[in-house]
Order: sequence, then structure tokens, then C-alpha cells
Amino acid sequence: MSAACGNGIQRVLPVGRHALLVEVATTEEAQALHAELLRRRDAGALPPVREIVPAARTVLLDGLADPRGLAAALPRWDIPPVAAADAPLVVLPVRYDGADLAEVATLWGVSEDEVARVHSGIEFRVAFCGFAPGFGYLTGLPERLHVPRRATPRTSVPAGAVGLAGPYTGVYPRSSPGGWQIVGRTDAALWDPEREPAALLAPGTRVRFEERGRRA
Amino acid sequence: MNALTVVRAGALTTVQDLGRPGHAHLGVPRSGALDEPAHRLANRLVGNPVEHATLETTLSGCAVRADAAVTVAVTGAPCAVRAGGRPVAWGAPVRVPAGAVLEVGAATAGLRSYVAFAGGVAVPPVLGSRSRDLLSGLGPEPLSDGARLPLGAPSGASAGVDAVPCGALPLGELVLPVVPGPRADWFAPEAVGVLAGGGFRVSSASNRIGLRVDGPGLPRARGGELPSEGLVRGAVQVPPDGRPVVFLADHPTTGGYPVIGVVPGPFLPGAAQSRPGTPIRFVARRG
Repeated sequence: MSAACGNGIQRVLPVGRHALLVEVATTEEAQALHAELLRRRDAGALPPVREIVPAARTVLLDGLADPRGLAAALPRWDIPPVAAADAPLVVLPVRYDGADLAEVATLWGVSEDEVARVHSGIEFRVAFCGFAPGFGYLTGLPERLHVPRRATPRTSVPAGAVGLAGPYTGVYPRSSPGGWQIVGRTDAALWDPEREPAALLAPGTRVRFEERGRRA
Repeated sequence: MNALTVVRAGALTTVQDLGRPGHAHLGVPRSGALDEPAHRLANRLVGNPVEHATLETTLSGCAVRADAAVTVAVTGAPCAVRAGGRPVAWGAPVRVPAGAVLEVGAATAGLRSYVAFAGGVAVPPVLGSRSRDLLSGLGPEPLSDGARLPLGAPSGASAGVDAVPCGALPLGELVLPVVPGPRADWFAPEAVGVLAGGGFRVSSASNRIGLRVDGPGLPRARGGELPSEGLVRGAVQVPPDGRPVVFLADHPTTGGYPVIGVVPGPFLPGAAQSRPGTPIRFVARRG
């Protein structure tokens, strides 16, 4: 299966005997495909599948009885683009006092106050999760605001730390090592296995950060 | 309610069941027993549903004492089993009296034994599973000396068997079929030949996350990393040093190193039972 199906799908790659990796060109198309897969699953119009895992430019379907059948059907699907307000919105209060706030201000060429104002002025969307349970990769940063990871990762980043790396912003659901540039911190519980869903920032969720002060 | 006291935790003993599928999109590994057929068999022997939690040992076994009498069975890696100091059967239901120590000895072959208790290990589930996931830290802590573990109420009759097959243990050499893709095109044309050419061994750095492999590096056709993409159990991922990792139960849900192929699920229990140093023969298979 290859090239240009008209619905954004570029290739459908077999992964072993029971999975498919569906390739698209952009993160927005991966989000749209993921949303369409969930719609079809909720409508009972998708063959049984154990996992649907969106990522940067792919969606993985794992645990399929007949991957070839689905691979043949996918290119004919109509996949509408994700609409602006078709997903739940989560607002995260943030104190913009992260250890890398000055570094990010320098990289952006603005003041530290302006970093907080710009970051809290963007509506993000959770493109996918990875790295740790409940760690969402949020897209929405314009390209001029992309920043590199820290040259030396920190051995411990606190839970709730709000960071930037490449095209993404994200929040550490718990204390862990990490290389993202930390601009602030939220008290929101990003991950709670007792809650349904356990991850506050599940793929597709819209996210806004709300400035709650700069210095402790 | 009956409960266990850990007398000897062993090198690494964890609570495992069939894992927590369906949460990979939240960054949650499936986890679960590495030698799933052995886990299922142990449960069946003591009359449990296969979903009940067992103990998964690593090489050196473990020892526990139950408050009340309980039926147990040990499967997976063969080992000496003792109850109250007396030798009892491996691979069969055994009644352990109240207060007696169940001693699961060091594996005489393979790596991981499974210990089922009638009623199952009844620690609180996390996202529907009692499995300890060593990548993300979900589920109960690995066993430690003196720890207490609740047992559930027995529900079924134990199986009347005399002997069970040994299952997934590789005989001298671990043969792993590999279905090429999804990123085989990231490797030099000769990479598949290198993979099939032999000279690989199980690395001592292997764990529940992946079987790490010592041997010739697999030459890449292109450098760099992919944008993160979803990973399956059995994926043969090749990091920049060229030495493949075969992902097992606690593997990360996404990653950026290319996957040259996938080992089908039925061959992964054998991989998980292979000791460091075991020769590996990869065999290219069609999907």
C-alpha cells in the first residue's frame, strides 16, 4: 500500500502479523486519523483492535485479527480534518517560574513575562502520549517558538513541570529524569490511575495554560 | 483473608497477570507475565481463572509463607520446590500447610518460574491489572523480604494432573523468526543477511522491557531518528549502536529508533526464558 490516497494516508505498513502502522504527512493528519478511528470504533464500525496508538506522523493499530483486510480498506476512508472545538478542553493553571524560563526567553528573543503571556495564549492539542504514563506531547507552538532540548538532561524534573522541546510542550506527570526546557509548574494531577481516564491529557484533548503568577 | 509473607524475595520477583492492554495511547505499557503460557498453566493447575495474578521469579526463585493452607503450583523455569522443608512436585498442584514455607528454588534451566496460589495474589489492581510494570513503575512493588501479599478466595478445584510439559525453554539455541518491517528500509540491504547470519547471543542487560542482543551491529542505510511512533511487543528495534533489542512486556509504547522486524508473539516466552549467553538464530519470515 503506498502513496497518496486522497485522505492523507501515505502508506500502510504491516508490523508483524497482527498490527499496522499507518503513515501520514503531518501531526494534524495523524490526529485526524486517530479521531476517525475512535469514531469508527465507538460506532462499532472498526474490527476489534487492542491498541490504537497515535504518534507524530503515524497511528499504530495493534492486535488485529486481519490486518490485511483493514490495510486494503483504509485508503478508501473519508478522514475529515480535526475541527477546532470538537474535543474536551483542559485548562492548567501554571506558575511560570521554571528553571529554564530565562533560557527560553533568550531563545524566543522576548522577556520572561512575554514567555508566560505567549505560552498561556496558545491553544494546544495532545498529539500523542509516550515517555511515561500520562505524558502528553502537545502541539500548537508556531515553528519560530520551537526550542532544542537541554544539552544535558536533568536527572530529576519535578511532577507538574511544564516544559518545551522541539515542536512540543508538555507536563511531567511525575518526577523523572528529563531534557525538556522547564518554564513553569502546575499543581494539576496529570496522572491518576483511580480516575477515568487516568491521563488528564489523553490524545485529542485541547489544552490551555493559565498564568498563575511568575515567582513563588 | 489468607495472605503471604515474603521470606526470601529472590533476585527479582514480581506480581504478574495478563497485563493492562488498551492503555498504550496513554503511554502505559501492556506489561504482564513474560512467559504467559506458563502463567496460565500455573493458574489452571490450582483452579484459578487465567487472569489471576501469579509471582514471576528471576533465576534465583523465592520463598513465601502463607497464613493458612493454600494450594500452589510452580511452572515456567524448572526448579526444586519444597514445602515445609520437604521436596514437592514442580508443575503440579501442591497443598502447602498453614505456616509452612514454600521454597521455590533457583531455576535449573530458563530464567523465570511462575508461582500460582489458589485464589490468586490479590493486591489492588491498577488500570485493571496487578502486573508490576518495571518501565513505568505501575503496579505493586517487586517483592521484598518481609512484605505481605493478600491472597484471594479460591474459586475452583485444582487440576488432577501428574505431569506438565516444560513449555517455552529453548534447547541450547534461541530461534527467533522475524517478520521484516515496518522500517526495514532504514537499514542497508545487507542488514537482513547480517541478522540471519548468526553470531548473536542474549545479553546480560536483558530485562522485562527487552531482550538485548550481543553480536554484529546491523548496518543502517540512513542515520537519524524517526519521529516517535507506536511500538508492538516483539518489535526488533535497532538503536544507533546497531545492536537489536527485542521488546518484551514492559516495552515503551512509542520510540524513534527504527524497527527492522517483529518477532511473532508465540516466540516471545522462549526469548524471556533464555539466559544471558544463549546463542540466538534470527530467521527472516514472511508476514
